[in-house]
Amino acid sequence: MSPEQNAVDTVIDAVSAVFMVVGALMSLAAAIGLLRFPDLMSRMHAATKPQVLGLFLLLAAVGLQLRTWWVWPVLLVAWILQLLTVPVSAHMVGRAGYRTKHLHKELLSTDELEAVVVKAAKAARDLEDDDGGNRTAG
Amino acid sequence: MRQELPLLIWLVIVWGALWQDFSPGNLLFGALLAVAVARLFYLPPVELSGRFNALRAVPFAVVFLGRVVAASCQVFYLAVAQGPKVTNAVVAVPLRSHSDLMVTATGHVISLIPGSLVVEVDRSTSTLYIHGLNVRNGEDVLKLRKEVRDTEAGLIRIMGTKEELAALKQEVGA
Repeated sequence: MSPEQNAVDTVIDAVSAVFMVVGALMSLAAAIGLLRFPDLMSRMHAATKPQVLGLFLLLAAVGLQLRTWWVWPVLLVAWILQLLTVPVSAHMVGRAGYRTKHLHKELLSTDELEAVVVKAAKAARDLEDDDGGNRTAG
Repeated sequence: MRQELPLLIWLVIVWGALWQDFSPGNLLFGALLAVAVARLFYLPPVELSGRFNALRAVPFAVVFLGRVVAASCQVFYLAVAQGPKVTNAVVAVPLRSHSDLMVTATGHVISLIPGSLVVEVDRSTSTLYIHGLNVRNGEDVLKLRKEVRDTEAGLIRIMGTKEELAALKQEVGA
């Protein structure tokens, strides 16, 4: 092996080492967030953002270390699928959490959804009353 | 068929990536499978605008990556520094576009950039209800709303319809 090759190897090793450590730190950030944040919604923030970046950095490190071009498409597809699914799951959990009141209202400075949900619930109740009449609301 | 083409290309790429083999034979077989899958498991068509501006897409992707990094660091900082005392808000943001694809794309990007998460989507008025992390007062609310609208504007410039683009230009010009 020529000395130049060695230098390139060292650089690649160093970069992937940095990626791995930072990626692991990001996963740690997600864990700390899950423990420390007060309610479901803020926990979802912790579960989505640092996690996606952490995965990206770890995949990049894997790609750099394997040094074959054909692993890059797999890693890229894995990351893109992660990008596509994480917001969806966060949205579903957040939506269900809001409706089932798994949040601390006193920690919200503004809530522009509450009025809409109350109105929709009232409309649904009115509709039910019109249909059957004898069902009690609430 | 034209509407399905991006989906088919994506399926072929996934096939090649999973086999880690991009030889023509493998790709051809993958293409046959993609067509069969798209026919057998028919999904409601996604209405594409037929426009895609790659020149706008590349800077948007780079900025997006940067903001994902910023978002992660912000969440890390908030988790350590504020933890249980963090103040949030749920903010309604009306979007310009009424296309499902655009609302979905905006929601995805928004969920991954600093301090925002889509809680609820009102499809009839294309309004996103966004949960913002560390939103303390009215000023922060305005900032969050502007950020979402700017993200949508960026996406319209990349792949919005001509009408949306024209409306956006008028709005910026006015």
